[in-house]
Amino acid sequence: MYTQALNTAETDDRGLEDAARAAQFQARIDAEERIEPNDWMPAAYRKTLTRQISQHAHSEIVGMLPEGNWITRAPTLRRKAALLAKVQDECGHGLYLYAAAETLGTSREELVDAMLAGKAKYSSIFNYPALTWADIGTIGWLVDGAAIMNQIPLCRCSYGPYARAMIRVCKEESFHQRQGYEIMLTLCRGSDEQKAMAQDALNRWWWPVLMMFGPPDATSQHSDVSTKWKIKRFSNDELRQKFVDATVPQAQYLGLTIPDPGMIQDAEGHWRYSEIDWTEFKQVLAGNGPCNRDRMAERREAHEEGAWVREAAAAYAAKRAQRQTAQAAE
Amino acid sequence: MPSANIQVSETPLVLYALRRADDALILGHRLSEWCGHAPMLEEDMALSNIALDLIGQARELYTYAAKAEAKGSDEDKLAYLRDVRQYRNLLLVEQPNGDFAQTLVRQFFYSAFADLYWRAMMTSRDTTLAAIAAKSEKESAYHLRHASEWIIRLGDGTDESHRRAQAAIDHLWTFTGEMFGVDEGERALIHAGIAVDPASLRGRWLTTLSDIAREATLELPQNDWMQQGGRVGRHSEHLGHLLSELQSMQRTFPGLTW
Repeated sequence: MYTQALNTAETDDRGLEDAARAAQFQARIDAEERIEPNDWMPAAYRKTLTRQISQHAHSEIVGMLPEGNWITRAPTLRRKAALLAKVQDECGHGLYLYAAAETLGTSREELVDAMLAGKAKYSSIFNYPALTWADIGTIGWLVDGAAIMNQIPLCRCSYGPYARAMIRVCKEESFHQRQGYEIMLTLCRGSDEQKAMAQDALNRWWWPVLMMFGPPDATSQHSDVSTKWKIKRFSNDELRQKFVDATVPQAQYLGLTIPDPGMIQDAEGHWRYSEIDWTEFKQVLAGNGPCNRDRMAERREAHEEGAWVREAAAAYAAKRAQRQTAQAAE
Repeated sequence: MPSANIQVSETPLVLYALRRADDALILGHRLSEWCGHAPMLEEDMALSNIALDLIGQARELYTYAAKAEAKGSDEDKLAYLRDVRQYRNLLLVEQPNGDFAQTLVRQFFYSAFADLYWRAMMTSRDTTLAAIAAKSEKESAYHLRHASEWIIRLGDGTDESHRRAQAAIDHLWTFTGEMFGVDEGERALIHAGIAVDPASLRGRWLTTLSDIAREATLELPQNDWMQQGGRVGRHSEHLGHLLSELQSMQRTFPGLTW
């Protein structure tokens, strides 16, 4: 239903992937040229990007759930409208990203099926629960803040459709981040109970947010080749440090305490954080986070419950096409 | 202990604005419940978009009601601090989402009316209401087109979608009569050229419905017994649950700024 008619490069990849083409491809990357859907590309480049872009799309879609869980309970009409618009933006990001991934030759249906079957990953952060209204502020401030840190360099990614999608996504994410911070600011200027709610949310989200940048550089399995192909421009640890350095003063301005008693500022001004609990990260990735099962169950339910609607739309489109053909023949 | 609910002085104009604001908020809230759970991403987007339009309309109408009441109320007090008996929305809009067919039929019935209603209201002598109507009419025209297209797809899609769409029509039909009723206070606003008589729109509303139903191979019910009560706060049991969720923060943490 969603497949686009683009060159699926399998025959190219098998028949023509030779050293000369690979060298020419790398030369284009090195010259900062953008690779476009119908250009030749190594099979591994295609596979890496399909994986990365579709994971990113799945993250946007699963990411609708923790925040969506507060749309019906937002404390004011202004907050309700803003949150609904934000979650809608995320859905839009998911759509652009699936479309970008489809240009590499895999249909949205196949990509979604892989996610629903548990074969494709989405960001670990969405496996944590949004328990209070302050979580909505914190998700905007920190989760979207971390996403921006990761995604700004992707605006210069070597693959054109992904880079262009990221430009639009980053603009919206930056708005979301400011909106989240403004929720936190309102809470921190509010009652003691509201400030405590803000601190509690920061305490719960801080470490999972640092894990969003992925495993430490020493153990990251995708970085080397992604860097060579200019899909990735900074390492996980570099981005994580940039994020921490940007975030600590923001927390100080709010009057909130980063839940890391061991954190110190070094001579160069960097905020050095304590050891991250990578066991927790691995457990969440393995499906054992607090919400993994709920998130997957919700996505599967929406997909299964919606099957008859998608079938109806397809059946109607087919009938209409048939009628048009019959009319044209008359 | 004083009640946590506000008391609204329901002059005809305040009540008029509140009723339309409540329609928009409750329907917008219902649609927002779909966000993240729709049958396809395009519908997550579309239903959220419609919900956003409706919540926007509600905010303008509440703000106007508060201004007309002139007792220091505001959009949030009106939305969050009135109980089920004080809500004035149509029974139709509070009906649960049910399946996608039920949501779209509810939207179709309402939007086919709202589109005509707001278009007629653009000539209201009340300039604020005329301005709200001008904006709302543009939005409801899209809402109606979206819902109509789905009614046709579902009705003329598969046997299952046809069955579900027809069941939704049969179920929700009894809530449509309330859209066309007015009380004495509203009658006076109609005479003053501030409001329009919804009864005058019923013929065209029915034509829209019949045309779309025919194309969708669906049938409109013959049953003309209509449920009433939403406009005077006699609701279905569903609304109380919706409000307990909608209002939970303001009820748990009264008087704070968010």
